[in-house]
Amino acid sequence: MKEIVTANYAIAEAVKQAVPGVIAAYPITPQTEIVERIAQYVARGELACDYIPVESEHSAMAACIGASAAGVRTFTATSSQGLLYMHEMLHWAAGARLPVVMANVNRAVGPPWNVWADHTDALSQRDTGWLQVYVATAQEAYDTTLMAFRIAEDKEVLLPVMVNLDGFLLSHTMQDLETVEPGSFIPPLHLPHAIDPAHPAAYAPLTGPKDYYRFRWEMEKSMRAARRVITRVEKDFAGRFGRRYGVTEEYRCEDADILVVAMGTLAREAEVAVDRLRAEGTRAGVMRLRWFRPFPTLDLTGREVVVIDRDYSFGFGGVLARSLCSAARIEPFSVIAGLGGQEVTYEDIASFVRERRPGEEYWFGVKGDV
Amino acid sequence: MTPPAHGEPSLPPVFKRRAGETMAQIPKEEYILETTSACPGCSSSLSLRYILKAAGPDTVLVIPASCSSVIQGMYPNTAVNVPVYNIAFAAAASCASGMVAGLRRAGRETKVIVYAGDGGTVDIGLQALSGALERETDFLYICFDNEAYGNTGMQRSGSTPLGALTTTTPLGKIHPKKEIDRIVEAHHPPYQATAISAFPLDLFQKVEKALTFRGPSFIHLLAPCPTGWRFPHGKTIEVGRMAVKTAAWVLWERGQGRLSVSAPSKGPLKRPVPLQDYLGMQGRFKGLDPALLSRLQQGIGTNREAILAEAERP
Amino acid sequence: MYEVRIHSRGGQGGVTAARLIALAAFRDGKHATATPFYGAERRGAPIVAFARIDENPIRIYSQVRSPDLVVVLDRTLVPIVDVLKGLKPRGAVLVNSGHAVSLDHMKVHRVDLTGIALDENLVIAGEPVLDTPVLGAIARLGVVSLESATKAIAELFQDPRNVSAAERAYREVVL
Ligand SMILES: Cc1ncc(C[n+]2csc(CCOP(=O)(O)OP(=O)(O)O)c2C)c(N)n1
Ligand code: SF4
Ligand SMILES: [Mg+2]
Repeated sequence: MKEIVTANYAIAEAVKQAVPGVIAAYPITPQTEIVERIAQYVARGELACDYIPVESEHSAMAACIGASAAGVRTFTATSSQGLLYMHEMLHWAAGARLPVVMANVNRAVGPPWNVWADHTDALSQRDTGWLQVYVATAQEAYDTTLMAFRIAEDKEVLLPVMVNLDGFLLSHTMQDLETVEPGSFIPPLHLPHAIDPAHPAAYAPLTGPKDYYRFRWEMEKSMRAARRVITRVEKDFAGRFGRRYGVTEEYRCEDADILVVAMGTLAREAEVAVDRLRAEGTRAGVMRLRWFRPFPTLDLTGREVVVIDRDYSFGFGGVLARSLCSAARIEPFSVIAGLGGQEVTYEDIASFVRERRPGEEYWFGVKGDV
Repeated sequence: MTPPAHGEPSLPPVFKRRAGETMAQIPKEEYILETTSACPGCSSSLSLRYILKAAGPDTVLVIPASCSSVIQGMYPNTAVNVPVYNIAFAAAASCASGMVAGLRRAGRETKVIVYAGDGGTVDIGLQALSGALERETDFLYICFDNEAYGNTGMQRSGSTPLGALTTTTPLGKIHPKKEIDRIVEAHHPPYQATAISAFPLDLFQKVEKALTFRGPSFIHLLAPCPTGWRFPHGKTIEVGRMAVKTAAWVLWERGQGRLSVSAPSKGPLKRPVPLQDYLGMQGRFKGLDPALLSRLQQGIGTNREAILAEAERP
Repeated sequence: MYEVRIHSRGGQGGVTAARLIALAAFRDGKHATATPFYGAERRGAPIVAFARIDENPIRIYSQVRSPDLVVVLDRTLVPIVDVLKGLKPRGAVLVNSGHAVSLDHMKVHRVDLTGIALDENLVIAGEPVLDTPVLGAIARLGVVSLESATKAIAELFQDPRNVSAAERAYREVVL
């Protein structure tokens, strides 16, 4: 059945179909709709799940950790300050190898207060051991959330997954959605290390310098394995439901001399910019990065690259641009645009490409030299 | 002048009302401009108005994420004429602790008032509040209790009453309201009170009084919220008065270990009008499950009796 | 692409109206999106919402800059918000009003949504419901079909008065 819904709703719908046993969540704009919807599903008996109305995000993630350790599928959703308040528990969920799935509605972090789209919240959590994926439509939000459970719970991965979507621009935009019956696509969770009094064990005990790094290395091995698992799951999804996703989504890239690389809605709007540029005779394409962790291997050689970051790492640069510098060995034109919901149109994106200065950084809207 | 020791009032004795007190004693100075971004009929702007009149210009407001973060207006505008220090949701009381220490170290007697929502007080901010109370931070903490997370569109909080509809309790809340006053009381602050904007003189006097103490004081302000409680925005004062008349909300103050019932609550505490008169004004109690209603009634009754008993203790 | 901008005050249903337009267009077999632009204000503050309709999937997320149709749910916004900003040269304006409105000598369509809502007793928490009736008026302007408009309303709202108010608005628009 096709409907027209917001991406927040699409995610709540996917969660309902994945049937977590425990959901613990806390409201925060612009994510609250997800929490509210889920609370309603549970109240109406449409989702047989324990919904824990916790008193903070730290507790939300801690409750998910407890439930997940008991071997139960778990989900939460947050944004911005809430994600930051979870920070300690994010490391914990990943280090404890728990397949928690979380939707994070990307929003700027304070101060000053700002509730609009910005990727700094999630990107500042990039070293916690969570897989991170960024979506750009309600349909993709839905599909990716379903896949996230499957990927997180894969025994080769057993790491938490964060599904990111742009605040308001996507979370509150209504688009069409076609739901599916996931059925056997998401098999029951079998957590090998679920707590079990029949097999008493100490979980996350004090671990000395001789052993600690081994646990970290195991995490990294799983992160690397996740690349394969993601591709496998995306393929399976396409086979069953007909919608195909990749680590990146490419638009008119085959013969492009110039690539615009970005994440989330900006990258989709960039497709319109690319159409304009092509009409002017500029062979441009868009590479929308979906998976940020694990970071993909990309071959961008021989092309000019314009990277748009809706985020910033102070004293360093745009997180995506800098990541591409080291991972793909390129010197892109780095544009910092859309922070805190700053309005960026396809016209603006086209002008970034027209006025590109390879190797330089440009803050959209800031007058004078940067 | 040497500052008074912790817990001692530096102004007139606490529980004697000055004769002939009327609204006329309230200063004319305004510290809240008329153009806040609050919903029409919001009791917050009204309360803040009297709070700041009582506190005067040498005051800092510390505001965690809440409706008040929005009400003050959007950059580059502000509707508040004292410094407002906005801070993360969980952090108001601890930020205030540091601010008081910093101000005092700099030789300033500036009053620090935390103005936090119920979520920022009884839920995410409880740890910070408890810490600041225990450390005897010299501040006034006001919990602006609209009984839900207003800023994010009315989800349940620990302070939402039993049975109330919120967006996360679509069938009515099944857990009773957290008794923050008892939690605070267990920290033995020098001054503690309840208030409501429907009785502005009472609110004004309590803030004035609270600020005479060295050490922490706590005012729990019930904040009728037309948007969240679902009543017409012209009825904020009526709803507030009815909360007091039904003794669903009791006005009292406690200082130096003694509780006294405030004038507006004296009659209702002994002879409350039926609770339904208050609940019926609000959409959030519509279709309230009878079992929840009787638990709610019971809880309110118990609270009323406890206050009476404490007030009458010799 | 057909683009709509709706001006209203928080709580008046401008966002829901945009959603209804998108849903109705979708039921007409088109692609559509609806986006609110929330300021951080509470109830009563001026807000805008957008709807886009196209034959192809819509890839634009930024705000509508040059609308084909501007809808004003609250006349009191006219003096404080530039409601005509960016309006396409042949664009249309629809205002909720019981009597003629003149806007920069533009031709303005009007419909008394408030009157209709009060008449139909379509009132929630003391406020007349505007978001469902306005869809009827928008259908009359040919943006969506009346059939899809009523279908969309019925999908989101159970109370049949929403549909009848929309049908009245359809008939009563002054073009
Ligand atoms: C860590 C964190 N979590 C969540 C939020 C989102 N948030 C902002 S205000 C608020 C609710 C505030 O409720 P309350 O304290 O009762 O104040 P009110 O808005 O009702 O005045 C929430 C959940 C946030 N800003 N920071
Ligand atoms: S939601 Fe309630 S408390 Fe918040 S501004 Fe509106 S009326 Fe005031
Ligand atoms: Mg509150």
